[in-house]
Order: sequence, then structure tokens, then C-alpha cells
Amino acid sequence: MQARPVFLKILDYLSIIVLGVSTYLALVFAPTEAVMGDVQRVFYFHIGTAWVGLMGFVIAAVSGIIYLVTKDMKWDRFEVAAVEVSTVFFFITIALGSIWARPAWNTWWTWDPRLTTAAVTELIYIAYFMLRAGLEDPEKRARFGAVYTLLGGISAPITFMVIRLFRTIHPVVIGSQSAEAQGGFSMTSDMKVAFFFALFAFTIIFIDMIWHRIRLGNLQDNVEQLKLKVTM
Amino acid sequence: MQTPDTSSYMILGYALTFIVMGIYVFSMYIRNRNLKRDLETFESMEKSDKK
Repeated sequence: MQARPVFLKILDYLSIIVLGVSTYLALVFAPTEAVMGDVQRVFYFHIGTAWVGLMGFVIAAVSGIIYLVTKDMKWDRFEVAAVEVSTVFFFITIALGSIWARPAWNTWWTWDPRLTTAAVTELIYIAYFMLRAGLEDPEKRARFGAVYTLLGGISAPITFMVIRLFRTIHPVVIGSQSAEAQGGFSMTSDMKVAFFFALFAFTIIFIDMIWHRIRLGNLQDNVEQLKLKVTM
Repeated sequence: MQTPDTSSYMILGYALTFIVMGIYVFSMYIRNRNLKRDLETFESMEKSDKK
């Protein structure tokens, strides 16, 4: 395996720094929301992880299309990396939403359109790994995976748009929201700083993790090829 | 109106975020280490086959 590139090392350090700064902005710099109290502070990481999670699912779908056109396995490795990292981040999004909902809605979970589509999206991508694990032929695995992410990718824009299209209790912080929404708030300028920095920080961390996961995929392929060569 | 004390939920949320991210980074490190070991094993097997 090739040594870690200098730019990846820089990205690693940058990820740690921006995560630290984002945590400081969310926990210390941003003011306490008057109605919900400190629990509102999970909103910054909730949106940050949701942004990269949903973006990753769309990126995986695009990688799937490119793989189907080019048949180049590097796009399959990119697709796997995007799905895996996004699934982790989107799990955090759902968990943070549930933690916020307990004091805000007096329940950990409710089958609201946003929560339902988010849970379905997460399950779709967990099933993606089950599908891949069941296929031994690398080309067949890559082809099935590409078609699956292409279809699964539709769930990301649906999850994003559902609170803007249907009656829901999930608040829309940016843009107009449903009359049934509970827990919405207006952001002050300091809250906006923490919010936009969290988006930036999680984008950096996401790129860093994707890069590491692609390198892991490359190593995995090298091992598989060598294994075939030795055992044949 | 008095602001409610919901700090325990905030701590739970941030602790969970760091734990999940930490577990994922650790899993990548472990997978990477195991694959490097496998690579070394197969490379040595390939060399001994050539001899």
C-alpha cells in the first residue's frame, strides 16, 4: 500500500481542527435557545451530518452511473466509500434527531413523514451492504451495487424535500414550514456562524473519511487479487 | 418563560456523535491493519512458490 499522501495528512489534521472548532462554536459560542434550552445545540451536528449523509448517497448514485458507463472498478470503490461513510453520518443524524425529539416532542420517535423517510433511507443503505456481501463475483457485485445506489439515491432528495411538501411536525429552520411543525426557531447571527461552520466542518471530515475508505478499498482489492494468484 | 434544563440530552447527543465517529475510525484502522497483514502473508507465499 502506498504511503499516505501529504495532502491527506493535512486533511486529517484539518478535520480534527474543524471538528474541535465546530464543537466549540456549537457548545460555547452559540447562544442558548430560550424555549428548548441546551438540547437545541445538537441541531448544528444534526444538520451537518445530515448534509454529508444525503450528499454522499447522491454521490454514490452518480458513481454508480459512471461505473455502469465506464466499467472501471475505481468508481465501484468510490461508490462503496460514499455509501459507507454516509450511512455512518446519517445514523448519527437520526440518533441526534431522536435525542432532540425527546424533550421537544415528548417522544423519542414518531412516524412523521421526515422521520419515516430518513429511517427508510438508512435501511436502504444498510441493505446495500447485505446485497454486496451476498455476491462473490466482483463485476456482478459492482454492477448490482451501481444499479442499487442509483435507485436508492432517489430516497435522498425525497427525505430532504418531504418536510417542504407534506404536513409534518418536523421543523424547517431555513424556509417556510408546515403549520403543524413543533420545535422550530429563528437563528440569531451567532447561531448562523455555528450552523454554517458545522456544514463546512462535516464536509471536510466527510472528504477525509471518503479518501481513507477509498484507500482501504484499493488495499482490499490488492489482497483479493494476490489471494487468487497464490491459491490458483 | 423559564428556559428548561435540557443539558443532559445535549451531552448525550454529543457523546453519541463522538463515540460513533470514533468507532468508525477505529474500525477503518483495524481493517487496514488486518489487510496489510494479509498482504504480507500472500506476498511471502508468492515468493516461496516462485522458489
